[in-house]
Amino acid sequence: MSIEVRALTKVFGDVPAVERISFTVGAGELIALLGPSGSGKTTVLRMIAGLEFPTSGDVLIKDRRVNDVPVQRRNIGFVFQGYALFPSMTVTENIAFGLKVKKWSAAAIAARVAELLGVFGLGEFGDRYPHQLSGGQRQRVAIARALAPKPDVLLLDEPFAAVDAKIRQELREWLVRLHDELNLTTIFVTHDQEEAMEVAHRIVVFSRGRLEQMGTPREVYEEPVNETVARFIGVMNVLELLVRDGAARLHELSFPTHGVADGQTLRIGFRPYAVQVSAHPGEFRYPATLRHVFFLGVLLRLELVTPAGLIIRTRMTKEEFQRLGLVEDQPVSFNIREYRVLARDGAALGTEVAQAHQAPNFAEGI
Amino acid sequence: MSDQTSTSTTRFVRVHASDESGIVKWCLIGLALVWVGLLLVLPLVSVFAEAFSHGWRAYWSALSQPATVAAIWITFTLAAIVVPLNCLFGVVAAWALTKFEFRAKTLILTLIDLPFAVSPVVVGVMLLVLFGAQGFFGPWLRDHDIRIVFAFPGMVLATLFVTFPLVARELIPVMQQQGTDPEQAALTLGANGWQTFAQVTLPSVKWGVLYGVILANARAMGEFGAVYVVSRPIPGEIPLPLWVDTLNSEHKGQQAFAVASLLVLLALLTLAFKSALEHRQRK
Amino acid sequence: MFRRQPSPLPGYGLTLGFTISYLSLVVLLPLGFLLLKTSGVGWSEFWRYVAAPRAVAAYRLTFLASFIAASLNVAGGLLLAWILSRYEFPGRRLVDALVDVPFALPTAVGGLALASVYAPNGWIGRWVAPGSVVGTFFGPEGVKLAYSRTGVVIALVFVSFPFVVRTVQPVIQMLDKGLEEAAATLGAGRLRTFVQVILPTLLPSLLTGFALAFARCIGEFGSIQYMSSNLPYETQIAPQLIIEHLDAYEIEAALSIAIFLLMVSFVLLGVINLLEARARRFQAA
Repeated sequence: MSIEVRALTKVFGDVPAVERISFTVGAGELIALLGPSGSGKTTVLRMIAGLEFPTSGDVLIKDRRVNDVPVQRRNIGFVFQGYALFPSMTVTENIAFGLKVKKWSAAAIAARVAELLGVFGLGEFGDRYPHQLSGGQRQRVAIARALAPKPDVLLLDEPFAAVDAKIRQELREWLVRLHDELNLTTIFVTHDQEEAMEVAHRIVVFSRGRLEQMGTPREVYEEPVNETVARFIGVMNVLELLVRDGAARLHELSFPTHGVADGQTLRIGFRPYAVQVSAHPGEFRYPATLRHVFFLGVLLRLELVTPAGLIIRTRMTKEEFQRLGLVEDQPVSFNIREYRVLARDGAALGTEVAQAHQAPNFAEGI
Repeated sequence: MSDQTSTSTTRFVRVHASDESGIVKWCLIGLALVWVGLLLVLPLVSVFAEAFSHGWRAYWSALSQPATVAAIWITFTLAAIVVPLNCLFGVVAAWALTKFEFRAKTLILTLIDLPFAVSPVVVGVMLLVLFGAQGFFGPWLRDHDIRIVFAFPGMVLATLFVTFPLVARELIPVMQQQGTDPEQAALTLGANGWQTFAQVTLPSVKWGVLYGVILANARAMGEFGAVYVVSRPIPGEIPLPLWVDTLNSEHKGQQAFAVASLLVLLALLTLAFKSALEHRQRK
Repeated sequence: MFRRQPSPLPGYGLTLGFTISYLSLVVLLPLGFLLLKTSGVGWSEFWRYVAAPRAVAAYRLTFLASFIAASLNVAGGLLLAWILSRYEFPGRRLVDALVDVPFALPTAVGGLALASVYAPNGWIGRWVAPGSVVGTFFGPEGVKLAYSRTGVVIALVFVSFPFVVRTVQPVIQMLDKGLEEAAATLGAGRLRTFVQVILPTLLPSLLTGFALAFARCIGEFGSIQYMSSNLPYETQIAPQLIIEHLDAYEIEAALSIAIFLLMVSFVLLGVINLLEARARRFQAA
């Protein structure tokens, strides 16, 4: 059941919320629409569902243009961010609603509801009302209700935003298992890059109404097409370098010019795992001090400070940390194994991006 | 304010540092109770005292006289016509005004409030201007032998105007707060507009509707000023509040209070209903 | 004006159409005809009726009594709202329910009931009646609670009783106790905390309550019938004057005064909306 959107655009008043978005989702795929709030991802999802109407562009489900098909007849299952369970109906009645509307027989409805209550582990809650359920249970009822009429596509708007951290992790794993079993084309919206990376087959990255990149989690992490994607997915150290005397420099760091002329800027980014650290000053190219160690469990996050005050973020496992014999506040040396060129010549950058880097000694990420 | 509170009784112990001392607290409560007692409780009690001042038999004969029975009947008929109409309006208007976004919304909301700002006597005058002998439709109505003012239809129109906003006012904030997600969910599950309204929206606001209906009903049964202007004090042809007034002006005090006690009971019943509903909603 | 933002929900045209039709039929058209009819009166005539000394005396009493009644209700309402939302005492729920009596009770019955208590032979009136101990203290006439200007004020206090309580109560319930605790840690006593910390936050809702109560008082008729002696220049209020004109078949005079009252009410409605909008902004900030 493929879904395609072509040059989809939505303007609210004078404000463009979504600008010429196009992508294709294959049958059975599990797709994340990822972006910060206000990036237009929810609007795209709602346009696919038929809850919002495009200003221009097309939505195709199973190769059929559905722009003029009302939401009732698109055969989609939609899970709302706040779940939107019917407060005056029990769990059973909520799940049966779509089937009653579609005039299933009473016996068929009873069988389908029983089946879903079983699959979703809700068997004993059939007679409860939504306000008597926990967040995780509500979330499962919402998905069961959406799946009951056997939709062609499952659309979920921030499905895990309203539950607490521990349950969120369980629900993510559960959604992946559910998808493996049903093999239903699924699109979900999230602002949490970790969630998108963990759950989705492919990720569509949004920013300010535009599609920045579509790719597998590995692709968007390792081969981000631009700085916006690079900074949104995972932690990224970003440096703004000035080209002079045949090298791009920032304090003691220097890199190849990548064809940038003297006096112009070059922006590069590198992941924490691309930084090599040694306890011996001089072993690697650059000197620094190990300022902070953050224990995250098996993985540790390290913050290095260069003599000029530049902060470099890196990660390593606990074993490696112990093997290297590192301690806080000790002098170290480091090297950058690989990096990506994000932009040539700072003048070409959008104002907002440029402003975020007025403090050139701060390398940041999310 | 003194911090030296008595610790001799548990009631006077302060639980939080930011509470008043016990003496101040109980003085305030006492003052408020006197205020409520003088203005609300004593008058209500007095109605019953006067109503029974000549004994049970006189009370019962005041209530069972034909004109009182007719007044009860007229009052209930008025409410039975007016309340469903305004209830229908309230529900429909709440749907239009809470489920859609459009620019004239604030204007319509203000217009719905208008009847609250119009003095009941002015409402009566307004109906006289439309349907009175010298009114716009007066001559036409006379030619066709239709009576509106100084007859039952005039009372209906007066009550309709006065109770117009009550259900809509109760419902609009409730439906505003619920948003449109449940309705949209119903649509994604294939429901049409009517199914969505009847099965999803209405059940979730039924208590709000009931609340508005109770208020509108109390007002419809008790309206005095507007109905006073458009009716003649003929026993047997006027609703309860006007019948009380007629009896009173004929110096039949005990009878007037006996009939008034019915309206007091109605008010107390309304309040009991209302606070039961509020209690339910809080749970 | 009526172009909506697109929505998948159906029924916009139908429900809005019905809303506007019903609103026009029941409210707007009759009001329009009232204005139209009054425009036939002529400006100088209109002004003569509206500015007649009796009418002016009636407005003065109406506005003055309404102002006093609404002010009394601000004090009483604040007190009641405070004890109802802050203290636990036996009968609290009963008192809370009783506050709404003036909303549920026909105002004419309210007036009748008040008169029976405050008339010279009533439970309270007799204590200040001529010849009584307290009454003699005020002079040979005693104090007339009912059938006097005082009676008008008492009736108006009754009919507008719930407004201030019901606008202030939710605000007190939502007050951040942290504010008061902060004031206490900074050394402020309870009285200072109340006057300088709590009262300013309650002010917008007190004002709204006052305006609602005042607007309700301006139009009141039913209860006044029983609590005022309806003497021109003395105890007659504007709606009573309209009725008197109607009874004397002076339709144009009745109309003119009705329109004048209507205008005042609309202005008040506007002020209330403004106050509520401001209160909302104040709370949001």
